Order: sequence, then C-alpha cells, then structure tokens
Amino acid sequence: MANMIQHSLDTRRLLCPLPVIRTQDKVKQLHAGDQLTVVGTDPGIMQDIPTWCRINGHTVLETLSGDREYTIVLQVGE
Amino acid sequence: MTIQRKAVALISGGLDSMLAAKVIMDQGVHVEGINFYTGFCVEGHTHAIKKRDQEKQKRNNSLWVAEQLGIKLHIVDVIEEYKNVLINPKYGYGANMNPCLDCKVFMVTKAKQWMEENAFDFIITGEVIGQRPMSQRKATMPIISQQSGADELLLRPLCAKYLPPTLPEREGWVDREALHDFTGRSRKPQIELAAQFGFDEYAQPAGGCCFLTDESYSKKLVDLWQSRGTKDYELDDVMLLKVGRHIRPKANFKMIVAREDGEGRFMEGYKKMFITLDCTSHGGPLTLLDGSPDAEDLYLAAQIVARYGQGRDAEQVSVSVTLPDGTQEILQVKPLAAADIPPTWLI
Repeated sequence: MANMIQHSLDTRRLLCPLPVIRTQDKVKQLHAGDQLTVVGTDPGIMQDIPTWCRINGHTVLETLSGDREYTIVLQVGE
Repeated sequence: MTIQRKAVALISGGLDSMLAAKVIMDQGVHVEGINFYTGFCVEGHTHAIKKRDQEKQKRNNSLWVAEQLGIKLHIVDVIEEYKNVLINPKYGYGANMNPCLDCKVFMVTKAKQWMEENAFDFIITGEVIGQRPMSQRKATMPIISQQSGADELLLRPLCAKYLPPTLPEREGWVDREALHDFTGRSRKPQIELAAQFGFDEYAQPAGGCCFLTDESYSKKLVDLWQSRGTKDYELDDVMLLKVGRHIRPKANFKMIVAREDGEGRFMEGYKKMFITLDCTSHGGPLTLLDGSPDAEDLYLAAQIVARYGQGRDAEQVSVSVTLPDGTQEILQVKPLAAADIPPTWLI
C-alpha cells in the first residue's frame, strides 16, 4: 500500500457502457492498491461502475454526484 | 486430481444467456462472462440521454446478470471491428439493418479469441434453436460454429440435446444429460428453468437489445449512408441516430432537432462538430445541421427550427446559426407551418 498511486480517468460525454470499458481497460494497467478517480457525465456510471467493481474484486471508496458530472473513486483489488 | 474446466459465456443481459451460464456453473465449471459493445447496444444510452428517462433504472443488464451469477464479466469494445460486420454482412440483413447471423458469428469468433488468450476451455451461448428467425435456427447453428472457428468448442446448454455432442460433452467436462432440449419461440421452458434457479427477476426475454433491429433507427442509418455516398460511420454517427427528430429537407443537409431538454443537453456536446441552430426570441429546441447547406438552405432550416419552438405561431422568430468555429449569425424567419413540412422530409 505504501506504493499506492493515484490515477484519473476522464469519461465525460461517453455513454455507458463505454465508461465501464475505459475503466476496465485502465484498471488492467494498474496495480493492486492503486486508486483511480473516474469522472463522467452519464449518470449510469453511478450504477454500472460500482457493479463492475463488485464483480471484479475492486472497491469503491467514494462517489460524488454533481449537477452534470459524476465522480467515482475506486481502489484496485488483488 | 480433476482439472476444473473453464468456460467463457456470452452474456447479453437477457434471460437465455443467464440460464446457459448457470446450467454450466452448476456442473462445476468455472464460468466468466464476456459482453461485446458494438455501439448499437440499447443498454443505457437512451435512458442516459433523455431527461424523461432519468429516473428510470439505469443498470447495465449484462453487469447485473454477472453479479446475480457471481461471475466476472469482461466487456469488450468492438466498435471498429463491428463496422465490417454491419457494412458487409455475408449472410445479409434481417427485417431491418440487423445482420444477426453475421453478428453472432463475429461474437463467437471474438469469444474464441478471448478463450485462447485466457486459457479457457470452451464457449457457451444462450442460443435456442428456433428462438430467432434469422440467427437461431437449426440450420444456422453449424454455420456459427464453423464460421467462427469455435467448432465443437461451442456449447449451447439450452438446446444441446438437439445438436451433436460437442467436445466438452464427449470429454465429460459437462454432463450432456443435464443439458436441455429447448426449442422454438416459446419462453415457457426458460421461465420454468429460471424459477428452478430462483431467478425471479431478469431482463427482457430475448432480443430487443440492438438498435439495428429497430425500423426507425435502420431508416436513419440507411439515409446516412445514402447521403454520404458510402456505407461507413463513426461512433458519433451511431449516437446521434438515437436522438432527436431527423429531418432531411434536401439531399445536401439533414437536421437533428432535439425533442426534449435531455436530448438538447446531449447534443450540446456536438456544437464544435456541426452547425447549430437555436431560437433566441422564443424557447426552442437545439438543432444540429449535418451537411453542406448554402445560405438559402440555412434560412429554410431556421424556419423549420422555429416551427418546433414556442414561437411556431409568431410572425417572426429569431434563430441563431452558429458554425463549428463559433461564428454566429441571427436570422429573422417566419416559422414554417406544419403543413409545409412534407412527411417525406422526416426520416
């Protein structure tokens, strides 16, 4: 965990499932314990990315809903 | 020691693929799901765009199914590769622009590739003989197996008893006797099996997950190709065919008129790619203009935009015309009457 790195991913304007696919592809490049902040404009990410995290062993640390933007912070699992 | 075999299941988000995966999981096989995103999948898009749908559940059914089954799901972006399937279907189109048989061959081909890359043993699908008029018939089952290259590594657990034994059955990786003999368009066997598994909630029984099976969408796609003189498209084209009222007053330009605020908000993201028109003196829909209009065309387009705004009965409406580079001009127009918009303009 000492080497945990923060990453970010911009999925604005993409509609689900593309934000999920981009998240999936990004996470493949990361290491266990790394954190990824995903920002998007499709409200569907608030449901789909947490589901994707649950079935793939990652943890959602935080979700934020703005007026037009949504943010999810996840931690990469083993 | 017995080796635990691994199967990759095509998961559409519907009931059949869910059941097929569960049947094989119950035989002790490790199953992971795969879902292909072509750009034409109905999942989520229109709900995300339309304001009136914002309160509806926005779940992705393939993810939801995977979670119910307790399996991993790999969603694969095949947008670029899928173009060749749609543009040059070897087996042609269905009732609309749906190349269902080619699509199935393509997806099983991709699943086989994934299977090999990830050291899985076989592929399963939720196909049922006779379920779909184009792609799920007894005659098409061997075509899909052979053309995809999956051959006898492709197992259809729901109708396996009507098909020759596959390698997983012959090798004893799965028990053929515990597979099924579903056939035809009836949903009753699937619903009964779902009840046995305790699945009391599932998505639409079958089909309905692809815009290409939709007549209205298909007409817009054909119009797009005809107007450009080439059968090609980009993802943005695919998205924009899903929103707005599409109007082609002349061969050289098409208008996409937002039908509600959610669509207008979505279309705002395309302001730097298209000419946009907006009523400034009255409320009105954002409109994108695709093509090469001249000044006369822009005036006609402004009259049409005014027709769909709150100033439709006014003598004069101000309409802004903004080019992709931000250059703007205001046109004063009299809105067209409804009768002045021939049905042939509406795509």
